[in-house]
Amino acid sequence: MADPVYIADCGAVRSVPLDGLTVVYHVSSGMTHIVAPPAPEILDALGAGPADAAELLRRLGARFAFEGGEVIHARLNELEAAGLVRRA
Amino acid sequence: MRHQFDVQIGAVGFRIGSAWPGPLDALADLYRGYPAPEGGIADFTVRLEPEKPWRRFLRPSVAIRGDYVLPDAAPLPLALGLLAAEMGMNLQMALGQKNWLLLHAASVEKDGRALILTGESGAGKSTLAALLGERGWRLMGDEFALLDLESGMLLPFPRAVSLKNKAIAVMEAEAEAARFGPRLAGTPKGDIRHLRPNREAVERMGEGARPALILFPRFGAEAAVRAVGQAETFMRLTQASTNYVALGEPGFTALTRLVRAVPALAIDYPDTATALGLVEDFRQELAA
Amino acid sequence: MKAAGLLARALSDPHGTAIEDWNALISAARAEQLIGSLACRMEGRAVPPRVAAIFDAARRDSARQRTQALWEAEMARRALAPLGVPVILLKGTAFHAAGLEASAGRSVGDLDILVPRESLDAVEAALLAAGWEHVKDTKGYDDGYYRRWMHELPPLIHRDRDRMIDVHHTILPPTARPSPDAGALIADSVALENGLRTLSPADMIVHAAAHLFADGDLAGGLRNLWDIDRLLREFDSDDFRRTLDARARRHQLAGPVARALRLAHRLYGTPAGAGRARLSDRLFEARLLARNGWGQERRKLIRFFFYVRSHWLRMPPLMLARHLWIKATR
Repeated sequence: MADPVYIADCGAVRSVPLDGLTVVYHVSSGMTHIVAPPAPEILDALGAGPADAAELLRRLGARFAFEGGEVIHARLNELEAAGLVRRA
Repeated sequence: MRHQFDVQIGAVGFRIGSAWPGPLDALADLYRGYPAPEGGIADFTVRLEPEKPWRRFLRPSVAIRGDYVLPDAAPLPLALGLLAAEMGMNLQMALGQKNWLLLHAASVEKDGRALILTGESGAGKSTLAALLGERGWRLMGDEFALLDLESGMLLPFPRAVSLKNKAIAVMEAEAEAARFGPRLAGTPKGDIRHLRPNREAVERMGEGARPALILFPRFGAEAAVRAVGQAETFMRLTQASTNYVALGEPGFTALTRLVRAVPALAIDYPDTATALGLVEDFRQELAA
Repeated sequence: MKAAGLLARALSDPHGTAIEDWNALISAARAEQLIGSLACRMEGRAVPPRVAAIFDAARRDSARQRTQALWEAEMARRALAPLGVPVILLKGTAFHAAGLEASAGRSVGDLDILVPRESLDAVEAALLAAGWEHVKDTKGYDDGYYRRWMHELPPLIHRDRDRMIDVHHTILPPTARPSPDAGALIADSVALENGLRTLSPADMIVHAAAHLFADGDLAGGLRNLWDIDRLLREFDSDDFRRTLDARARRHQLAGPVARALRLAHRLYGTPAGAGRARLSDRLFEARLLARNGWGQERRKLIRFFFYVRSHWLRMPPLMLARHLWIKATR
């Protein structure tokens, strides 16, 4: 089974960093989320277009010293449940 | 509605109707000196009605209703009609107010700088604010703090302070008797007595102030002061706001701006003297 | 009693209606869930500054409700898309999703959707998997009552977003007298860009009329009729009126639809309802206008009559007796 491909949600998102965490206002839903790294970085990386977990790791690795692929799946599931990210 | 009383409190005007004269007489007394809403137009309507038609006379029972209602709200006996009126106003603010970001907090002002005191109920913020209001600070409100979405200024909402149990005696020693409402016994929260803010607070109810410090006071522990991070402050303030979600993006903007511009401290204090001392220290630091 | 009448006039003629008592108008509008619609209709009219602030806040709140409603619809879409069944949005959410005139200032509560009866189990399973949960206390009835007699699944609420979704398979309880053609509702539904659907405009009006008369005791009637007025005016034509008539008959709701149009005409000047009013129309109208300037409902006797009537319509008499007995003994 192919790995799911993720898309950052179509609506605009406003991110404000607050001492280590990021508060995110999701315009389409009107909901506010508080997210911890690497969630904001994942959202950012998806801004370049849809990607599956492997591709995301590559994009993140190119910009940050990034380790641990498992944490990506956990964060993606959370972002999906929050509606910030959905499957293509 | 047989009886009516209108009152302007800070930026909000109320129209209060009642099936009985008693609660409104007590309310008019408590809010002596407050203006009436401009042009007679109210922002919110409160209704004190009999729970059932026959409960107007027989064991009179006051249902708290109005533009915005809590469907399962329990009625109060007529003896607590003044409390019902106050709760009715709280309800309208909590459910219907969408012009400003509403924080469940007390606020006081001195030299143009406002302190926001927020935290769980019973943590003592109301009493602390009331005390500060008698010690040279201007009381802006004890229940709700209103944050202007565009300017970030704090707006006054000087309702009568709701004092509970031990706090009543504390404030009776501080403020003149004429400013108090009747002592209400047997409420769900014990004894309650209302205190009208002093003349300065009433006269300046149209003047906002810039927030300078957010305090999370906690009564009953050894004196301690701890800085609270921005993210934690943000989260705690959304929990303390009844309308953050309803305001959407402007609410997000206003709250993130507040949290980034204004420092936050958690303070524990064993007695009010300590608390007052701490606040005075903070004030001097801010003024420096 | 005059406040509700004033509200109706202000909605139909927002610039020409003289308003002496703004408090009465505003309280009546809030009580009838029409403050957003009123604020939108009165945009551009010179009003006292306090009223302008109230209307501004109401319009902004409407916009926020719209965002929230469309988001709920989107989350339902994501959960149900893999099933491949038609998912039809109902009521306020549908108006917003389709960008209809009826959506201007329209407040929205829960999400209501209609799906084919045979897909109910699969839909429920998909929603539960996506984070919705059963609401614990459903008016004191157990699950069985809801599934067997009502026209919806027991209500579901989303555990994170705290918003409810009502899943219907028809627009009236199966036990009620009129028997709408659920299959026809689905067959004639209109697709939106994102794959969700709405009822056809004519069916929307039929649904609103059914909802108004057969499904309740006329609570929220002024808003319901306002919806009908907006819908009719947007789609009105000779052809549309013929279609509306045909659909009403198809769903065995010709009487309620005709009455709804007559009442809408009396209240809002809706074009399609002109014609001789029945005596019973006056009773309905009195019930609809029972809101006063304090936001209270007056004319309790009329209200009681309609409350009993609404239950009588939902269930045949024997069942009604049983239902009332169970309620009384709980």
